[in-house]
Amino acid sequence: MKIAVPVKLVPDLVEELAIDASGESLDYDWLRLKLNELDDHAIEEGLLLKERHGGQVAVIALEDECIDEVLFTASAKGADRLVKICSRPSRNASNHTLVSLFAPLIQEIQPDLVITGVQAHNDLDGSIGPLLAEELGYPYLGYISGIKADNGSVTVQKEFPGGLISEMTVKLPAVLGIQSAEAPPRYVAFSKIRQAMKTASIEERPGVDVVLAPGATVERMYKPEMGAAAEMVEGPPDLVADRLVELLKELGVI
Amino acid sequence: MSGYISQKPSFNETFFSSLLEIMDGDRIKACLQCGTCSGICPFGYLMDFPPSKMISALRAGYFDKVISNETIWMCVSCYACTKTCPMKIPLTVGLMTRTKEELLLAGNVPVELQDALQNTHRYGNPLGESPRKRALWTRGIEPPVNVFSQTNRPVDVLWFVGDYGSFHPRVQLTSRALAKVLNALGVDFGILGHEENSDGDSQRLAGERGLFEMLAEKNSRLFQKYQFKEIITGDPHAYNAIKNEYPRLNITYPVSHYTQYLATRLRQLKPLLRNRVSMRVAYHDPCYLGRANEIYDEPRALLQAIPGVELVEMTHSKENSLCCGGGGGGMWLDGFQWEHARARLSEWRVREAVAAGVDALVVACPYETPRFEDAVKMVQRASRLVVLDISELLSESINE
Repeated sequence: MKIAVPVKLVPDLVEELAIDASGESLDYDWLRLKLNELDDHAIEEGLLLKERHGGQVAVIALEDECIDEVLFTASAKGADRLVKICSRPSRNASNHTLVSLFAPLIQEIQPDLVITGVQAHNDLDGSIGPLLAEELGYPYLGYISGIKADNGSVTVQKEFPGGLISEMTVKLPAVLGIQSAEAPPRYVAFSKIRQAMKTASIEERPGVDVVLAPGATVERMYKPEMGAAAEMVEGPPDLVADRLVELLKELGVI
Repeated sequence: MSGYISQKPSFNETFFSSLLEIMDGDRIKACLQCGTCSGICPFGYLMDFPPSKMISALRAGYFDKVISNETIWMCVSCYACTKTCPMKIPLTVGLMTRTKEELLLAGNVPVELQDALQNTHRYGNPLGESPRKRALWTRGIEPPVNVFSQTNRPVDVLWFVGDYGSFHPRVQLTSRALAKVLNALGVDFGILGHEENSDGDSQRLAGERGLFEMLAEKNSRLFQKYQFKEIITGDPHAYNAIKNEYPRLNITYPVSHYTQYLATRLRQLKPLLRNRVSMRVAYHDPCYLGRANEIYDEPRALLQAIPGVELVEMTHSKENSLCCGGGGGGMWLDGFQWEHARARLSEWRVREAVAAGVDALVVACPYETPRFEDAVKMVQRASRLVVLDISELLSESINE
């Protein structure tokens, strides 16, 4: 089974987020980026499928400072093909832009299955999966937490709110949005990543010039503002705790 | 093809050869199978393969069964087995650590440990904190703590603060206390601040040798970049790494634990200890200060120098000290340990402190203040027991 896993980097929330001078975007100069957590699950699910059914896993990403390490880590875990698109529109490229860059490459790879994280915390214009499915003309199923492959189709577990899980069968090729892999993303020893850096190679591919218009435009980005009815409790932890108890008593909660 | 015997060495053979390469590694051949190691191991009773059984499996040629078992992750690298082995087999650095390395390479790693290792790889600390915030604990300290990257001033002492001393809210208090003691003594010191990386020792003992070497290289570059005469640290694990492991990577610097450093300056320190601290205390020997490095007297000398402090010994002390459960990756395996043992080593220790009738359980390792404070909440009759680092008692005794 040929599997393509397009992944993206998102701001690492370990660092404080700042808004840039334009007031329309995060200040990317001060941000560290990391692999979108659910894309990590998508890579894991791809590797699990490969281990069960054989095949090849190609991980595709846009060029960025730390992307080589992300790709080599995927290789150390068992990914067969690493592709880096060397077109860097901007670090906060919209998902429409990313999809414009991913789609031609995926068409070229002709995979049986495209799996990607069902969402990312910086998605503003829809998530990658359905946009990509639309571009490729493939069916899409999201919120997937288990995949069983059969001849020419896959049966997936799809999560619904309230703990409901349905089983659905979809003909291949298809795009799946992964909610969680069947096992937590595996650990790969640091020495194996270093080894992959020496032995694996990353294919560098140019990006296309024409990109889809973003599905949403940011007019203003700002930190949460206090509403008229809100009271911010500030100060040392013991005083905050006292005030909270007071408030909860006033509200009749305790 | 039947009839042919493979000439390729088996996993059992290559693993055994790798053990022989470790210093004194060939002593493993002399194992008597007395079982002392398995008996003294705090979690030996629930390991499918405690150390002596691992060696018998190795001898019988089925070490692959040991590798497919996860209970080895209960090992807290406490050196109890190593210290009691009559044949002086380097069990902790050899057999146990090498086995964890193999488990890790095979991907047999508990998820909670993975997080700590991945955090260390990404942020240079297992807590997953932003490296930029590493020196925030120094805020408000007067005179301001000298951070090398800001001043680039040559100093006498490089203080390697370590991960928990830098980031853990409880252990930050002990860092602040030590800064006060050093300032009172007029020590000319500096810290690496945001540039410092985890010493990597516990990650190494949890099987991540590659990560340990990467961290050691990064720290080594910093040691070369700045001018200082010696290194001190409040973290016995960092002390162990810089003292015993970094030199194997050709990174050699004079290093002491702060208790050693201060004990050699007791003459200057004593006149500063003016406030009476009326407390009956018991000192807990951290594994990596005590058993691993045989530093027993200096911490006690410091405690005895504090006016009002009455030092008593618990049932297990010095070489027989109990482990807090945090070593060898145990710091990041609380859930795993609980799942298997339904017991916490830190609670055993706190029960001993209660039995000794002390006001305070005193420690000298950053893993221990939070671990024992958590345990105090769980142990009956322990509610009045306080957990303090030696630096905090010294700081309290110093008249400002």
